[in-house]
Amino acid sequence: MTATAPRGVVGRPWRKVDALGSATGRAVYADDMYLPGMLIGKQLHSIHAHALIRGIDTSQAEALDGVHAVLTGADLPVAYGIFPVSQDEHALAVERVRYVGEPVVAVAAVDEETAERALALVEVVYEPLPEVTTYEAALAEDGPRIHGEGTGANIHRSNAFEFGDVAEGFSVADHVREDVLFYSGNNHAAMEQHAAVAEMGSDGRLTLWTSTQVPHYVHRTLEKVLEMPAGHIRVIAPAVGGGFGGKTDPFSHEITASKLAMVTGRPVKITLTREEVFYAHRGRHPVLMWVRTGFTADGRITAMHFRSLLDGGAYGSYGAATTLYTGALQTTTYRIPAYRFEGVRVFTNKPPCGPKRGHGTPQPRFALEVHLDKAADDLGIDPVELRLRNAVEPFSETVNHLRITSSGLRECIEEVTRASGFAEQRGKLPRGRGLGFAIGAYMSGAGLPIYWNDMPQSEVQLKVDRGGGVTVYSMAADVGQGSTSVLAAIVAEVLGLEAADLSLVTADTDLTPIDLGSYSSRVTFMAGNAALEAATKLRAMVFDAVAAHLEVPADSLVAAERRVGVDGDPERSVPWSEAVRLAAAAFGPLTASGAYTPPDLAGPYKGSGVGPSPAYSYSACVAAVACDPETGVVAVEKVWMAHDVGRSINPLLVEGQIEGSVHMALGEVFSEEQAFRGGMHIGPSLLDYKIPSILEMPPVESILIETVDPEGPFGAKEAGQGPLLPVLPAIANAIHDALGIRVDELPITPWKVLQAVRDLERGGDGRVGPAGLPDVPFREPLRVELPQQWQEVAAP
Amino acid sequence: MTARLLTLEVNGTTHHIAARDHATLLEVLREDLGLTGTKHGCELGECGACTVLVDGAPWLSCLTVAREAEGRRVTTIEGLAKGPEPHPLQVAFADLGAAQCGYCTPGVLMSASSLLETDPVPTTQQIKEALAGNLCRCTGYIKIIEAVHLAAERAGAASGPGTGGAS
Repeated sequence: MTATAPRGVVGRPWRKVDALGSATGRAVYADDMYLPGMLIGKQLHSIHAHALIRGIDTSQAEALDGVHAVLTGADLPVAYGIFPVSQDEHALAVERVRYVGEPVVAVAAVDEETAERALALVEVVYEPLPEVTTYEAALAEDGPRIHGEGTGANIHRSNAFEFGDVAEGFSVADHVREDVLFYSGNNHAAMEQHAAVAEMGSDGRLTLWTSTQVPHYVHRTLEKVLEMPAGHIRVIAPAVGGGFGGKTDPFSHEITASKLAMVTGRPVKITLTREEVFYAHRGRHPVLMWVRTGFTADGRITAMHFRSLLDGGAYGSYGAATTLYTGALQTTTYRIPAYRFEGVRVFTNKPPCGPKRGHGTPQPRFALEVHLDKAADDLGIDPVELRLRNAVEPFSETVNHLRITSSGLRECIEEVTRASGFAEQRGKLPRGRGLGFAIGAYMSGAGLPIYWNDMPQSEVQLKVDRGGGVTVYSMAADVGQGSTSVLAAIVAEVLGLEAADLSLVTADTDLTPIDLGSYSSRVTFMAGNAALEAATKLRAMVFDAVAAHLEVPADSLVAAERRVGVDGDPERSVPWSEAVRLAAAAFGPLTASGAYTPPDLAGPYKGSGVGPSPAYSYSACVAAVACDPETGVVAVEKVWMAHDVGRSINPLLVEGQIEGSVHMALGEVFSEEQAFRGGMHIGPSLLDYKIPSILEMPPVESILIETVDPEGPFGAKEAGQGPLLPVLPAIANAIHDALGIRVDELPITPWKVLQAVRDLERGGDGRVGPAGLPDVPFREPLRVELPQQWQEVAAP
Repeated sequence: MTARLLTLEVNGTTHHIAARDHATLLEVLREDLGLTGTKHGCELGECGACTVLVDGAPWLSCLTVAREAEGRRVTTIEGLAKGPEPHPLQVAFADLGAAQCGYCTPGVLMSASSLLETDPVPTTQQIKEALAGNLCRCTGYIKIIEAVHLAAERAGAASGPGTGGAS
C-alpha cells in the first residue's frame, strides 16, 4: 500500500519518541526491574562440549538457606526450537550436553551470591563423549552423532537447487572463475546482556518481561514448554538494549525464569553474564564457500554455481533458514541466467549459531563481491562496470523466482562511485592505500512467517481519546532501531499530527495486536503498512464527520498541522480535537485497525519460502584503506555508502542504521570471531572479543537513494541490515587495491595480511585463504522450472 | 559477608546503606539505591556502560568497591539533569539520534560530561580519546561525536559569543 506524498512528519529528521528516556537513564530495561519479593535465578552450565549426564545431585543446593527452588532438565521435558522443523532444544539439558556453556541446572535464591553458592553445591556426573568441533569431524561417517545415537555424519540441513541449465551456461562462457572463501562466526554483542523477569500472578497468569526482539515467538514457546494456554501467558519486551538478531530465539533463561516463578510463587529474574551471552550465542554462522561463475568476454554472467558449508553449532535455531539464505539472494543484484546452489549445515559441539544482522546473506555476499572483483581483473573490465553490466532491472523476476520491484541499484552505484572518486583513484594510490567497491541487497521483511499460517504478519490498532489523543498499539519491539518512532511518524503523517501527540503501546502480547517481531528488517514495511491502513481508516471516519459539519465533500479535506479542513482554506477547518469529537458523535467508539499480509511470493518449489520479500533494499559501498605492509595493520579511512531505502521515513534513523552497520561490519572484517579451542570458547568476554571502539571508527558518508517503492508505506523499504553487506567485501577489495594481496578468510588480521604480503614478495599469488571445501555429500539438486520471462529468454 | 554501614554522597544526597565490604559501587547504586540508569554490559571493566563520575572524573562503577567512594561525590546519569531540565548533552543526544538502543548512553554521557567540564570546546580527537572506553554497538559512534560537538556549541552560544565551533 502506498499513499500520497508526505507533507508532515514523514521524511523529516526528528528526535525519536523515546530519545530522552534512554539519555536520562529513565528507560527501564528488563534487568532494571526489581519487583517486591523478587528472587534471583542463576544457571549452571556444562563444562563439557559433549557428554552424557549420568546423574545430578541437587540435594545440598536445595538445603542451602535462601534457596527457593532448583530445576533440572527433568522439570522442563518439552523440547522446543524457533523453527517447527528444529524442535531440538531443552531449557535445561536432558541426558546429554552438546556444548560448553549449555544450561544444565537453574536455581532461584534470595540473592545472586546465594544462587551462586547453591550452584557450586550441585554435583553433575558427566560421561564425556568425543567432541565434534570441525567441519571434517562433523562430516565423518564414523564419528559420533550429536543428535541421535551411534555414528554418522552430523548433517542438519542439506539443500540443492538448479534453476536453468548451469552446464550449458558454463559451456558458452568465455571465462570461468572459481574461488573459495571463509567467513568466520561472530557474536551480536548487543550492549545489554539478555535479562528476563517472570512473575506468576495470583490470578494464575504468568507475565514475562524479557529483552527480546520477538515477544510473539517467546509467547508461543512458553505455551508449548510450560504446557499452559497462551491466553494465560503475557510476554512484554520492555526497553531492549540492542538485538541484531541475538534476541530472536526463545532462550533457556526465559523459560527457566518462568518455571522458577511458577514453582516458587515469587518473581524471578535471570540476567545473563557477558560470558553466558557468548554461550547463548545464535550469532553469525561460520561459512566455508565455493563459487564458480561463467562470463562472456564482455563480462556478462552466463552461469553461477555456489556451495556453502555452515557450522551450525549444537542446535537447529534458525539454521534451516540460514542455510537457504546463503544461496537465496545472489540473484537479487545480478542477472544470473543459470544458477545452482548447494548448501549443507552441520552440527558441531559449539554454541548454536543463528541469525545476525543480514541473516545468512553477508557470508555469500562477501564471497560473491570478492569473487567478482577478481573476475573483473581477469577480464580486464572495471569492477564497477562489471556490476553495472549484470545489474538486475527494477520490476523483474530472478531465475530463482524472486520478484524484484523497485531497485535503486544503478543509482546507488553511480552516486557512491561519484562521491568517493572511485574511478579516478582506484589503482592509482600509493602502495598501502586503496579503494574497494561492492554492492548488496536485502529483504524488507521475510515474505513468509516462521511457522506456516495465513493470518496477517502485522496488525496495528488505534484508539482515540475524547481530547484528541491517539494511542497506537503494535507488538513490534523497538530494539533501538527506532521502529516505534517509524510507526508514530506514519500515523502522525496520515492524521496531520506530530509524533509527540501519540501514545505508543508496544511489544506486549496482552495489550497489542500481532506483530511477528523485529527481525528480517520487516517492521517498517509490514507494521508500517498496517499502521498506514489503520490511520487511513481512522482518518476516513474523521473526514466524513467533519465534511458533514462543514458541509463540504469529504474528498476536499486534508489533515495537517493538527487541523482537519478544506485544503488551503483555514476558514473552513476545525482543530483535530474538535474533529474527533464530531467523529465520536457520528460513529461512536473511535478505533481503527489495519493489517499487513505480504503477497504470495513463494516460488513453485520446496525451499522457496526463504528469499521472497515484498521489496528489496539496495546498497553500494566504497571503502578507503591505509595498510601498513610492515605490520599488517589495516586502517579504514572512510566509508561511502549509498542505500536505496525506498523512502526515508526519518533520515536520522536511516543514517544511524548505515553508520551502525559499518561499525558492525568493521568488527567482522578485522577483529571479531567466535573462536574455539576444541569446544572451549577462546575469549567469552569483551576484552578478548574486540568490537571496534570509537578510535577505530572511520567517517561514513551516507547517501540516501529514494526509489519510492510501490508497496512500501510512503514508499519505504528497509534500512537496518542491508547496509552491512557490502562493507566487508569493499574493504577486502580495497586491501587488494592497496597491497595486491587477497585475504579470502575473515577476520582479516594483521598476521594474515603479513603472510599474504610475504607470499607476494616471494613470487606467490599473495593469497591467504582456504584451499577448498572438504568432501561434502551435497545432494542432487532439485531442478526447478524457470519463471515465465526466463523461459522466453532461454528459447532460441 | 557481614554488612557494614556505608555513607555515600550520590547526586548531592547523602545515603547510609548497609553493604558488604566487597559490594561494588555499581551494585550499591542499582540494587540498594534504585538508581538503575547506570547500566552494566560486562561487569569486568570492558565496556564502559557503568561509568559514573566520582569527584567529577569518570570511574567504572563495576570495578569500584563502593567503600572507595566514601567521602567523595558520586554523580550518576540521574544526577546529570537539573531537575526536569535535561543536560545539554542529553538534549543533543536526543536531537541527533546519538542514542539508539540507549543502553550504553548513560555511560557515554557521563564520560562526555566530564570531558566538557575540562574542555568545553573539545576537538574530535579529544572526544574520541575521552570516549575510547565506552563501547557502543548501535551508532558507529558518529552521531555521538556530532552530539558532543553540538552540546559544546550550544553551551558556548548560551554562555557568550566566540566559543562555538570545533574541529
